[in-house]
Amino acid sequence: MIIIIDMPKRLVIKDIEKCVGCGLCMFACSRRHGEIGNDYSGILPVSLSGFERGATVIFCRACKEPPCAQVCPTNALTPRKGGGVVYREDLCIGCKNCMEACTIGAIFERRNGKPALCIHCGYCANYCPHGVLGFEEVEA
Amino acid sequence: MKVLKIDLSKYRYEVEDRKDLFEEWIGGTGVAVQLLKEEMDLRVDPLSEKNVIVFAIGPFTPAYPLASKTVAMFKSPLTGNLGESHAGGRTATAIANAGYGAIVIKGKSKKPIYIVVHNDKVYFRDARVIWNIADSLIVGRIIAERESGRGIRTVMRIGGAGNKLVRYACVTTETYRHFGRLGLGAVFGSKNLKGLVVIGRGSRRIPDRHKYKEVYEKILKLALESDAMKKYHLLGTAVNVNPLNQLKALPTKNLKDTRFEKAEEISGEALAEHNLGRRVACSHCPIACIHIAALRIPYETEPYFYKTIMISYDYEPIYALGSMLGIGSREGLLKLIHKVEVYGLDAMSTGVCLAWATEALERGLITEKETLVKLSFGDVDAYLKAIDYIVKQPNEFYRVLAQGVEKASEVYGGKEFALAFGKNEMPGYHVGYATHIGYLIGLRHSHLDNAGYSLDQKLKEIPKPQEIVDRLVKEEEWRQVLSSLVVCFFARGVYKPEIVAEAFEALGYETSPEELKMKGEKIYREKLRLKIKMGFDPDSLRLPRRIFETECFHGKLKEEYIKEALRYWKERYVLPLV
Ligand code: SF4
Ligand code: SF4
Ligand code: SF4
Ligand code: SF4
Repeated sequence: MIIIIDMPKRLVIKDIEKCVGCGLCMFACSRRHGEIGNDYSGILPVSLSGFERGATVIFCRACKEPPCAQVCPTNALTPRKGGGVVYREDLCIGCKNCMEACTIGAIFERRNGKPALCIHCGYCANYCPHGVLGFEEVEA
Repeated sequence: MKVLKIDLSKYRYEVEDRKDLFEEWIGGTGVAVQLLKEEMDLRVDPLSEKNVIVFAIGPFTPAYPLASKTVAMFKSPLTGNLGESHAGGRTATAIANAGYGAIVIKGKSKKPIYIVVHNDKVYFRDARVIWNIADSLIVGRIIAERESGRGIRTVMRIGGAGNKLVRYACVTTETYRHFGRLGLGAVFGSKNLKGLVVIGRGSRRIPDRHKYKEVYEKILKLALESDAMKKYHLLGTAVNVNPLNQLKALPTKNLKDTRFEKAEEISGEALAEHNLGRRVACSHCPIACIHIAALRIPYETEPYFYKTIMISYDYEPIYALGSMLGIGSREGLLKLIHKVEVYGLDAMSTGVCLAWATEALERGLITEKETLVKLSFGDVDAYLKAIDYIVKQPNEFYRVLAQGVEKASEVYGGKEFALAFGKNEMPGYHVGYATHIGYLIGLRHSHLDNAGYSLDQKLKEIPKPQEIVDRLVKEEEWRQVLSSLVVCFFARGVYKPEIVAEAFEALGYETSPEELKMKGEKIYREKLRLKIKMGFDPDSLRLPRRIFETECFHGKLKEEYIKEALRYWKERYVLPLV
């Protein structure tokens, strides 16, 4: 008997050395929310202390045991099947605990003081022109 | 769209809603012309505190890919007339996400400062400690480490050239992109302004999500898949070296020649094969045309010690610091480009000034007493030293050379081979009539104003001068629309009038290709009018004799043809505005 398990997916890095810092991923993430800009983006393209050393992207690495959710006082962040978190904006009080707790700084502050973070929808991976990002199944 | 106005004399700022301006004049160039008119007394000394700097972006940033430029406008200390300069990097998206369509900088700080714009706040930071750091890369790193906003900011700054008011100093951003030409760096320096950081996090709602995404996909697809941008995809702008050399259009050794025997060595192909180490992109650009070479240099005294420096190259610096100076070694060329980058000098102006100085020395108009080092075509080490001198200005000669080749040839002679157009040093094309007419009548005296170099390559036979002028002006008018949208000119094949109209529509603005073209004409006239008000006189345009002596793609050019073109341009386009 074959059991088909619906495997969750997550945004992954295929080859970080190929990143050119163009930010197409960042703009895609906000566009997904119906916004032009970067306020809602859960991914950040940065240079490595200047573009002479290249570029990279920062986004949630889908912790199995997410410290950000652990410190959230309102359950706005809860662990997601397959790693990372589910975010419920209506519950968030903008305390910023989560931003402090994420070791890699993958939670960004929006203009309204609330977090922007990757929820692993995979949309941006379609827009990376240089094969840096992928969207893959992971074991729950 | 909001305009942020910063007064350095008072350390104050204010924000104004100027929807009116952007509706009528699109953004970028169109809006900057208006803001300069409103804010500046047009007769001021460009290095006085009364000069005004405008940075403007347009309605497509950051809505669509490749709307990645910022237009800077100011009074140029090099020409004494209108200065306009475009740069990419993260400037445009940072300004847009911070919530502005334009930033105006006025006045002069008493002490060295740099400014940080973080969304709706502006901070005036003490820059006394870093003021004298001549290396623009280091300045960038220090400011970047001190300030927040990693990934969503731009760090514009000057190096030693701006500090020392070299009239062709540029403002550098994101290490490798420049507000070059016409001396914005010196204007920064004169205002005691070391840098401008803009940090932007923000968004606006999309009126019609569905339509917007559809147009977005279309533009992105065009950029990635069509031929429109292929050229920049592969070798970058350096791809031009070999073909121009074959056409007899590559200015060599102060334009004594148009074929360089070592062109192959410094071509885009050779650089890509031997040196290309990495590519990076301006914000929201899928192409990543910024080509960066890795140069491994041994320590002078210690064996088995190396430093590796990363140097961005493009066609223009390859021409100006390569063929124009007779430099045929890639290593030598890259060292020169790096030097110019470090100081924040305009590469084209620097190369042309040094090429003129070399020939003036050869002919005995000046001596080594002036140049301090024996300049000769092909001598990398001599040029490396001379670049230091342009910035440090240890004697009268270098003080004059730091004011541009027009000035230097006024003082020391050799005007016939001083290659400046409208006082702006020559770009890297000697293709034919349209090239030079283009430099002369282009409102920035830049090859990018109207792409005469490209028109020349398309012409089957030489038409009447009037026809060339009309075609150049027509191209320049459309480019006013592109630079008002702040679309990268390399994407002009993507952003055709129909697509631009569609893109506007998806953002909720009605327009048509015809209306856009009309706006282009209007902006062109406004800019020309502003230039005239600032004292521009078409009759004072000088034609360096050298361009008639050295054969180009069109053979030997005739002076009378270009003069006829200028007469026609003046009558048809300039006089109606006076
Ligand atoms: S946001 Fe940071 S802490 Fe939270 S799951 Fe992602 S990587 Fe882990
Ligand atoms: S900012 Fe919001 S999501 Fe983050 S910890 Fe506080 S309440 Fe939770
Ligand atoms: S996977 Fe989705 S949520 Fe995560 S960065 Fe990409 S677009 Fe944003
Ligand atoms: S789209 Fe790809 S190359 Fe561009 S910044 Fe994002 S990850 Fe890097």
